[in-house]
Amino acid sequence: MLEVKNLHSGYGDAVVVRGASLEVRPGEIVALLGRNGMGKTTFIRSIMGLTPPQVRSGTITWRDESLIGLRPHDIANRKIAIVPQGRRLFPSLTVTEHLTMLKSARAKAGWTLDRVFGIFPRLAERRHHRGGQLSGGERGMLAVGRALMIDPELILMDEPSEGLAPVMVQHLESIILDLKKEGLSILLVEQNLYSALAVADRVYIMETGQIVHHGTSQEMNQQTDVLFKRLGVH
Amino acid sequence: MSLFQLLNGLTFAALLFVVASGFTLIFGLLRIVNLAHGALYLFGGYIGYSVAVKTGSFVLGGIGAMAAIAAIGFVLDQGLLRFVRGNELRQVLLTLGVAFFLNDLALVIWGGDSFTVPIPEMLRGGTRVFGTFYPIYRLFVLGMGIFVFIGLWVLLNHTRLGALIRAGVDDAEMVEASGVNIRRVFLFTFLFGSALAGLGGLMGGAFLSLYPSADAEILTFSLAVVIIGGRGSLVGVGIGSLLVGLLNTLGQVMFPELAYFVIFGPMAVLLAFRPLGLFGRAT
Repeated sequence: MLEVKNLHSGYGDAVVVRGASLEVRPGEIVALLGRNGMGKTTFIRSIMGLTPPQVRSGTITWRDESLIGLRPHDIANRKIAIVPQGRRLFPSLTVTEHLTMLKSARAKAGWTLDRVFGIFPRLAERRHHRGGQLSGGERGMLAVGRALMIDPELILMDEPSEGLAPVMVQHLESIILDLKKEGLSILLVEQNLYSALAVADRVYIMETGQIVHHGTSQEMNQQTDVLFKRLGVH
Repeated sequence: MSLFQLLNGLTFAALLFVVASGFTLIFGLLRIVNLAHGALYLFGGYIGYSVAVKTGSFVLGGIGAMAAIAAIGFVLDQGLLRFVRGNELRQVLLTLGVAFFLNDLALVIWGGDSFTVPIPEMLRGGTRVFGTFYPIYRLFVLGMGIFVFIGLWVLLNHTRLGALIRAGVDDAEMVEASGVNIRRVFLFTFLFGSALAGLGGLMGGAFLSLYPSADAEILTFSLAVVIIGGRGSLVGVGIGSLLVGLLNTLGQVMFPELAYFVIFGPMAVLLAFRPLGLFGRAT
């Protein structure tokens, strides 16, 4: 479904992603693990068409079509959504407006306001609050809800567990598994090894812009010593 | 200050609001300090004048002014500004150049005489307001200012387009990544903001008259309004217009030789304490 091959991408003279390849199949949760500054966010931004960085070489293929050179809204309209690092909510918009700016509140097809409020009842309670007035957990839920409103088939999640209390991380994991049951594919960027292994079908490990290790979560579970070394102990 | 002067201040504030709200929409969303905004005002006034004289209709003059200035805005944005996106210094120089160009073009077409847009029959004359005799047309300008404020407020706060515009002010890249062609939202905003300058030109042309340096005057006042109110804030423009409009009238009446200082002195003091203006937010 999504296939990235030998991607090189970077900022100015600095090439950050250096020949990374990765695949996400339909209905699959794939985790991309790595320490800070290893190129994970650059990788995600390159898929979404966000510039900078600039893609230098390699291919990004989605449903037999190249995504390279497309504008982010074209990519979003091909049903790829992003939950960006830091959430990036809109301080001027209410919770409801975050969800309805893309789609009428009366829309019936696909993900609707009511459906998002159904899986995140907490957001319904805070529907009139603005993006800047939410707690860390609520911000994460809203960022996921906003991504769902484009009716995605693939969601790119950049460190969704960042800054969350352990109980919220568990809640997030169950949400991710629920979305998988809905048939969505998810590419999950994480620093948190256990959180990633808890939900992912397959895991890739990125180090200085290259994929240095990959396998199924079961395989990875049996090689935690390797993982610890790669990721620094978590 | 007498009621007459107070009303003068309020009507001037209403005109400033119409012009400066267009300015702040463009400034807030597109981060473009459009120094051609004053020239668009004057050009809109001239075109509105010509259309109103030819057709005998003030309303057609307004439509003509808004449509023509939106068209000039389209050429300015798509033909010139798109090549200097994200480079503020170049945008400032470019729009300043366009302002000079439009002013000279207006001088060629309409000459250096001053014109007053003909006021429609029903808005001529005066009426009593709390015992003071006051021109009906200026009350109409006040009403238009309030109407534009309400219209913009509803557009920005109660429509999906408005939510997109506010989201774009906050984080344009994230709007784009949510599947919206933000450049189209930008273009609409630019055309709409320009059209407001054109409308202001027609409205102002009927009571301040149109003459070759009117653009620089209105631009200076608009800049003061937006700086006082804070970039991209509609309420800020409203309050800023009221302050500048009333201070301007107060200055002209009480300290005629210091009229500009009465506006820009307090503005400088305000900026020392609130660099982003009254309602401005850091982004």
